[in-house]
Amino acid sequence: MSHDHAHSHDHPHGSDLSPVEARVRALESLLTEKGYIDPAALDTLVDLYENKVGPHAGARVVARAWVDPAYRVRLLSDATRAIAELGIGGRGGEHMVVVANTPETHNLVVCTLCSCYPWPVLGLPPIWYKAPPYRARAVIDPRGVLAEFGVSIPESTRITVWDSTAETRYMVLPMRPANTEGFSEEALAALVTRDAMIGTGLPDSMPPTAPEMPL
Amino acid sequence: MNGAQDLGGAHGFGPVVPEPNEPVFHAEWERRVFAMAMAMGYTGAWNLDGSRATRESLPPAQYLGSSYYEIWLAALEKQVAATGLATPDELAAGHALEPSKPVMRVLAHDGLEARFRAGFPSSREPAAAARFAVGDPVIARNVHPTGHTRLPRYVRGRRGRVERVDGTFVFPDTNAYGAGENPTWLYTVSFTAQELWGPSGDPGGTVTVAAFEPYLEPA
Repeated sequence: MSHDHAHSHDHPHGSDLSPVEARVRALESLLTEKGYIDPAALDTLVDLYENKVGPHAGARVVARAWVDPAYRVRLLSDATRAIAELGIGGRGGEHMVVVANTPETHNLVVCTLCSCYPWPVLGLPPIWYKAPPYRARAVIDPRGVLAEFGVSIPESTRITVWDSTAETRYMVLPMRPANTEGFSEEALAALVTRDAMIGTGLPDSMPPTAPEMPL
Repeated sequence: MNGAQDLGGAHGFGPVVPEPNEPVFHAEWERRVFAMAMAMGYTGAWNLDGSRATRESLPPAQYLGSSYYEIWLAALEKQVAATGLATPDELAAGHALEPSKPVMRVLAHDGLEARFRAGFPSSREPAAAARFAVGDPVIARNVHPTGHTRLPRYVRGRRGRVERVDGTFVFPDTNAYGAGENPTWLYTVSFTAQELWGPSGDPGGTVTVAAFEPYLEPA
């Protein structure tokens, strides 16, 4: 799958629109005229998923689980309900499962058949998650995929790959980084990357000495 | 179907290439396709499984040669025509030539965010007892349906273990075609990497899939 460009080289004569742009415009005009869609609702949907729903929500869940052992237990036993405690949920996350990384097990999430991804906690998926290389290789060569993300997992750590083949949506609970004792929940959430919650990354690490520690 | 969408284990697609600081959308038309697909799904003219079935029924060369939202667009045009909501002539013209067909509902701006933040659960009440329990050894059936299925090829015929009984859910294989939700038990089933991939499987590695009951038989 190639990336799209806003302007292609083969514009039809007399139009600034690329062929795909022209098709999309024609379809929206038609469906609007027919009364099946409301363009204002489309704007609202775009705004919701472009600007409001995103991995900051999942990072809040992870940070809460790091500071609150009872919440962690609830999250790992009934993730949908525990995530809803933080006011997070919705389309593409109706049936959540959270899987915890440990020194013994690293978890990796994929959808080999399409692009299933936990929208309420991570937002819409990046292109690489939806594209053939990741979907093809995550299940057969997870260590090779992780290496391409710069992630090296010890040989002694087993890798479990979660293929999202039904409406269950998976999120990884990464291990809390070292040297974060005393961090606020908010400061911890800032360390949680999107990829850490897919399993293709790790949370940002902290140096042994807090950088802003006054002398 | 054994289509181009069923990618698990395929070779030759090259490395994974993450895009630094990737935007949610890469062009305005992608925003519109995304939102139109959501809004048209909301009309009830088809369901999510039907959309997936339509996307994966695109010819393999088209599927693999298209960007993600190009696939969505092609499937959306196909579904609009297949359900008679618009004719191919209307799609080409970009305006209505015939009266509209009734739809169950139209997605409105008001209440939209709350509706999407509430979600659209696909869990249903069970119609029968679950056939399998946690710990049961199972084999993913060696079946090759020509229609929609969520059983990936790479597990078919392989022996796994039930790790969790997830509950009963809408069955995609029938729901995709409007042939009923048929609430069906769903299981989390694990397979060892070497059961799936032989000696090249990651030692100690596991792959789990969410498998509907008809996909499984006792091992």
